[in-house]
Amino acid sequence: MEVLRITTSGSVDDGKSTLIGRLLYDTHSIPQDKMEALDAASKRKGLDFTDLSLLTDGLVAEREQGITIDVAHIYFSTPSRKYIIADTPGHIEYTRNMVTGASNAQVSLILIDARKGIVEQTYRHFFIACLLRIPYLVVCVNKMDLVEYSEARFNQIVEDFQQLVANATFQAPGIKFIPISSLYGENLATRSEKISWYSGESLLEYLEQITFDHADSSHPARFKVQSVIRPKTEAYHDFRGFAGKVVSGHFNVGDEIISLPSQQKSRIKTIEQFETQLTTAEARQSVVITLEDEIDTSRGSMLSKPENAPELLKDITAQVCWMDQTKLVPGKTYLLQHGINRVKAKVQQIIHVIDVTSNAILEDRKELGLNDIGKITLKTAQPIFADRYEANPANGAFILIDEMSNSTVAVGFVA
Amino acid sequence: MTNKIQWEFPQALEDEAIYILRETAAQFERPAILFSGGKDSITIVRLAQKAFYPGKVPFPLLHVDTGHNFPETIQFRDWLVESLGLDLRVRYVQDSINQGKVQEETGKYASRNALQTVTLLDAIEELKFDACIGGARRDEEKARAKERIFSVRDEFGQWNAKMQRPELFDMLNGKIQHGENVRVFPISNWTELDVWNYIRREKLEIPSIYFSHEREIIERDGMYWPYSPFLNTTAEETPFREKVRFRTVGDMTCTAAVISEADKLEDIISEILEAKISERGARIDDKRSEAAMEKRKQAGYF
Repeated sequence: MEVLRITTSGSVDDGKSTLIGRLLYDTHSIPQDKMEALDAASKRKGLDFTDLSLLTDGLVAEREQGITIDVAHIYFSTPSRKYIIADTPGHIEYTRNMVTGASNAQVSLILIDARKGIVEQTYRHFFIACLLRIPYLVVCVNKMDLVEYSEARFNQIVEDFQQLVANATFQAPGIKFIPISSLYGENLATRSEKISWYSGESLLEYLEQITFDHADSSHPARFKVQSVIRPKTEAYHDFRGFAGKVVSGHFNVGDEIISLPSQQKSRIKTIEQFETQLTTAEARQSVVITLEDEIDTSRGSMLSKPENAPELLKDITAQVCWMDQTKLVPGKTYLLQHGINRVKAKVQQIIHVIDVTSNAILEDRKELGLNDIGKITLKTAQPIFADRYEANPANGAFILIDEMSNSTVAVGFVA
Repeated sequence: MTNKIQWEFPQALEDEAIYILRETAAQFERPAILFSGGKDSITIVRLAQKAFYPGKVPFPLLHVDTGHNFPETIQFRDWLVESLGLDLRVRYVQDSINQGKVQEETGKYASRNALQTVTLLDAIEELKFDACIGGARRDEEKARAKERIFSVRDEFGQWNAKMQRPELFDMLNGKIQHGENVRVFPISNWTELDVWNYIRREKLEIPSIYFSHEREIIERDGMYWPYSPFLNTTAEETPFREKVRFRTVGDMTCTAAVISEADKLEDIISEILEAKISERGARIDDKRSEAAMEKRKQAGYF
């Protein structure tokens, strides 16, 4: 069964939580006791309707303020697939949580309030979807009920958004526009009768037919070694297996491999998953690989194929999204974690900062603050084996960790 | 729409969980599995077996025994540990009571559920665990839906929901200060149905109380409570026998039963697909207030 991961974004009060609540309601995914709890909570708030957004705002502070602060993960399934929705905050100060929610998504839903049209946050959400190279983007023009289901209003917003896409300096994903009303469930699980001028699919119909042949499979083969399994038991006295994850591409038994950073070569003897012997391991699979020869490979090593091995990088140029209250300071040393591999890295230079609402490139900035997105250069103490994010997203991102606070302070995309 | 029976287990979830367990083993010095004997922790044990096979499970199990467990769960726990050659540590809430660190609740709703947090935090400190692997899932409860896979807790075990580290792609940051610990949730992205389908696919043994059986219960607040010496009953509450099973396994004082004839895994799965009540709907401990889980988590509950 396939798992489709979705992220939602929109400005405050655009109705993200209501959209998700309604989608769950319409797919009969809300159990009776949770529904009763929602009714009771809505009454306590003095509302005369059941506020479905209360389903996802799980923290006291969120319910008090009526806003989403941190990512909530919501699950529902249809007969054909399982869905994971990362419901992310719309507030600008929680951009880092938005990126957190979006980093694993195949589909980005951007909500726009039909009355307000494109707002500053829309630029930010669109930019992040493009930065992360999320394959599908759905623009949900919400609250159509409040503009009398006006076709002209919808078309205007579509036109404005396409202008945004045209002005973008980076490649945008395929975009689908759907007029919806979260409150009344128009065009969510089923097609709306009230929006008869719209002939496209409802949101769920569209999501159901999205195909995602794991793009990672077509990229070069990469396997990150998490640990070496050496049982030293009687039955497995000489067993030496490399437990890890296929990051991208695929490996077959008999393939020649090269191990980085040692650059020694061998061949794959077996691929194992518990008691099962496999002939192939695909992207995203967790397996144990054994090799023909005893070569220098341990945690943090990467196996790839000699013909398209990643370069060893020590000087890195990357786009970063800064996620911490303390600012990025050039010359400071951080821990750079690429996959599972951690190395020391010194920030060399801030090349520029991007104003995501205007696309303007600001070259005179000396620091990066919370939620800033910019381009920097780094020097690492040991080489990492990353691909350019554009060429192979599964092997092209890293995080920066502050060694004093241990916080994850940034996410980076190798340029 | 979801009423259509889905028997398939999404394989991507197992791969993800195994990856997380391997990261936990590599990034921490003394990780442990928090084991309750319920279906989620049984699933975790299976995943740990798979992650390190043909090597051994590199984590001990920690069971915080409230003293109010279903006897069937304890029997099962001991059988599982024995048959898989696992390392089990047990710490008792009764000891915390005897030490005067916690006080037994009184009255009709008395439960040791909240008390076990103190025993858990003491055990973590005593055994120097820096990572505690739990079977919590984000679909269970709305505060849990907010939690990261590597969730950092301070030396008091506290969860600060507003200050969570961003968690990007599959990069897990388990770096902590001395005294802090991380709660690890490898099956965060699984649903109740996924767990059952996994148990079915893997042919895992589970405690008998998950299957329909006849037992003494009382009816209180519209729920069926298992009758036991630990339950403070009123004069009007008289036990009667009924065919029931349990959807979740906690203490005998905080887990309600459902009337059921389901005595096979297939029937259980069909039953939860048809169910109108959520899994935690039968957890009396969640009903105390709207933020019951969040408050317990802030205090160090897992």
